[in-house]
Amino acid sequence: MSTSAPSVPTLPGSLERRVSRPRGRVTQRGVLRSEWTKLYSLRSTRWALLATTVLTIGFGIIACAVVVSRWSTLSPSERATFDPLNHSLLGVRFGVLAIGVLGVLLITGEYATGMIRATMTAVPKRLPVLWGKAAVYAVVALLITLPTAFIAFFAGQAILSGQHIQIAFSHPGVPGAVIGAAGFLTLVGLFAMGLGAILRSTAAGIATFAGVMYVVPPLIGILPSSVANSIDPYLPSNAGQAMMEIGHHANTLSPGAGLAVFAGYVAVVIAAAAVLLVKRDV
Amino acid sequence: MIDVHNLTKRYGEKTAVDDLTFTVRPGVITGFLGPNGSGKSTTMRLILGLDAPSQGSATVTGKAYRDFAAPLHEVGALLEARSVHTGRSAYHHLLALAQTHGIPRSRVTELISMVGLDEVARKRAGQFSLGMGQRLGIAAALLGDPEVLILDEPINGLDPEGIRWIRDLLKTLAAEGRTIFLSSHLMSEMAVTADHLIIIGRGRLIRDVGLAEFVSEWSKNVVHVRSPQATELRDVILGPGVRVASQAPGLLEIEGLTSAQVGDTAARHGLVLHELVAEKVSLEEAFMDLTRDETEFRTSTPATDEADSDRQERIAA
Repeated sequence: MSTSAPSVPTLPGSLERRVSRPRGRVTQRGVLRSEWTKLYSLRSTRWALLATTVLTIGFGIIACAVVVSRWSTLSPSERATFDPLNHSLLGVRFGVLAIGVLGVLLITGEYATGMIRATMTAVPKRLPVLWGKAAVYAVVALLITLPTAFIAFFAGQAILSGQHIQIAFSHPGVPGAVIGAAGFLTLVGLFAMGLGAILRSTAAGIATFAGVMYVVPPLIGILPSSVANSIDPYLPSNAGQAMMEIGHHANTLSPGAGLAVFAGYVAVVIAAAAVLLVKRDV
Repeated sequence: MIDVHNLTKRYGEKTAVDDLTFTVRPGVITGFLGPNGSGKSTTMRLILGLDAPSQGSATVTGKAYRDFAAPLHEVGALLEARSVHTGRSAYHHLLALAQTHGIPRSRVTELISMVGLDEVARKRAGQFSLGMGQRLGIAAALLGDPEVLILDEPINGLDPEGIRWIRDLLKTLAAEGRTIFLSSHLMSEMAVTADHLIIIGRGRLIRDVGLAEFVSEWSKNVVHVRSPQATELRDVILGPGVRVASQAPGLLEIEGLTSAQVGDTAARHGLVLHELVAEKVSLEEAFMDLTRDETEFRTSTPATDEADSDRQERIAA
């Protein structure tokens, strides 16, 4: 650090020239602005959001291209169950990882660096910080993931049209599913942020997040199917993914119910984070 | 004005701050002195509402920190452990803090020049040297032009020029009637900066005393004399306010007279001196004496490394 550190410029001689005293007060609006500044001024934010977009679109395109190339070799039953919507949005499962990691980092990064002390001395009531962070991240995530989901869908369908197996955007339920994909990613970001706020450690936050999204679902599969089938649709990952489906299949929730259940998880996690934020020492 | 009243903070079994009561008055610089791990940082965190006290209270101008509508305008704080995101530039760090209070951007740029960080304001704070980090922390503390400043080890990592700069700055701010409360584990630094001292050890108050009083109390001058005519010398110098002790034949330890006075008296009486040494008890030694029993981390080697002290305070926390 010492070798690469830029040299300190010489000091101004006098400090007498103190200008008019600024007088403001802490407002939620101000905290929102502050959180927006914090979000855009970190390089990691831009990389994680770019990764979300690239993974979501990229894996959707790959999935569709693979199906198109193998279509002639697929069995009739495989062709019958083929879901063109699902395939073009397959990348969302990977986008989840990037947007979730960023959600965790937005909070745990402050704890890891000590920034949280500056933040909480500026806003000692604390809660406006959590609301500000969540609101800014939700808006930014939605603005990024909405076009991402649309691009993934249309790019995927364009590839699938090579075998005439695409689905039209005007098909009932499709617009809702594409928007649902963006909504799912946004809620994932908030869910991860809540976990980060509860755990206050990057490693623990990311591990817990990945565990809930990727490890728990296969574990449930070990249970007797009668039990697993009744739990499975209500897992956060499965409930959330139901938001990007058309109607509902066996052992999945409807898109609306999926949204309600997953939003419920997000609300519980954020509420727990809020309670702990006020109660615990920084 | 900072009021700390019966303040106690326990972390599990460990008591970091133990029934502290003191007042920090405006218009003077109050030094908060204690060995590493004695609870200085914890006390400051309690005043700033970052930690909740187990017992007692800490208020600034009569209010709990959490109740301020505009805390940055009331209290400026520099915490010892860096409180900056390493991935963010100095400019954006200050801007984000300013925006919470609606403080304009012009104030941010003004402060960046004030602390001399113009050229590196857009660089990521993680690349800053310790001294530059301290300057950024001081800029953050001054952002809201507060009446009260709470600075934890502000001279850590500053070069001599930076140390003089912050000392002058603090004196100017105190002269304007502001309340300045700064911690240090170095008595020598406090001796040239502070007007008043609050000394703690193991979380307990040891002294709450004006610097001048503390100095006069501890700078007892002892003059060591070696003379073949020690007994005669003793007889001629004894008087009101003069104490003479002898550890060995021919050796005198004289209190209450300067070495010049002893030498002159000896000459007047034609007494031979072989040695005449004035010993001054340094404030650092006085501080060590005071806190010896209260030092938590006793080591055989001197360990006052910054990183070390930080770690110890954190372990203490």
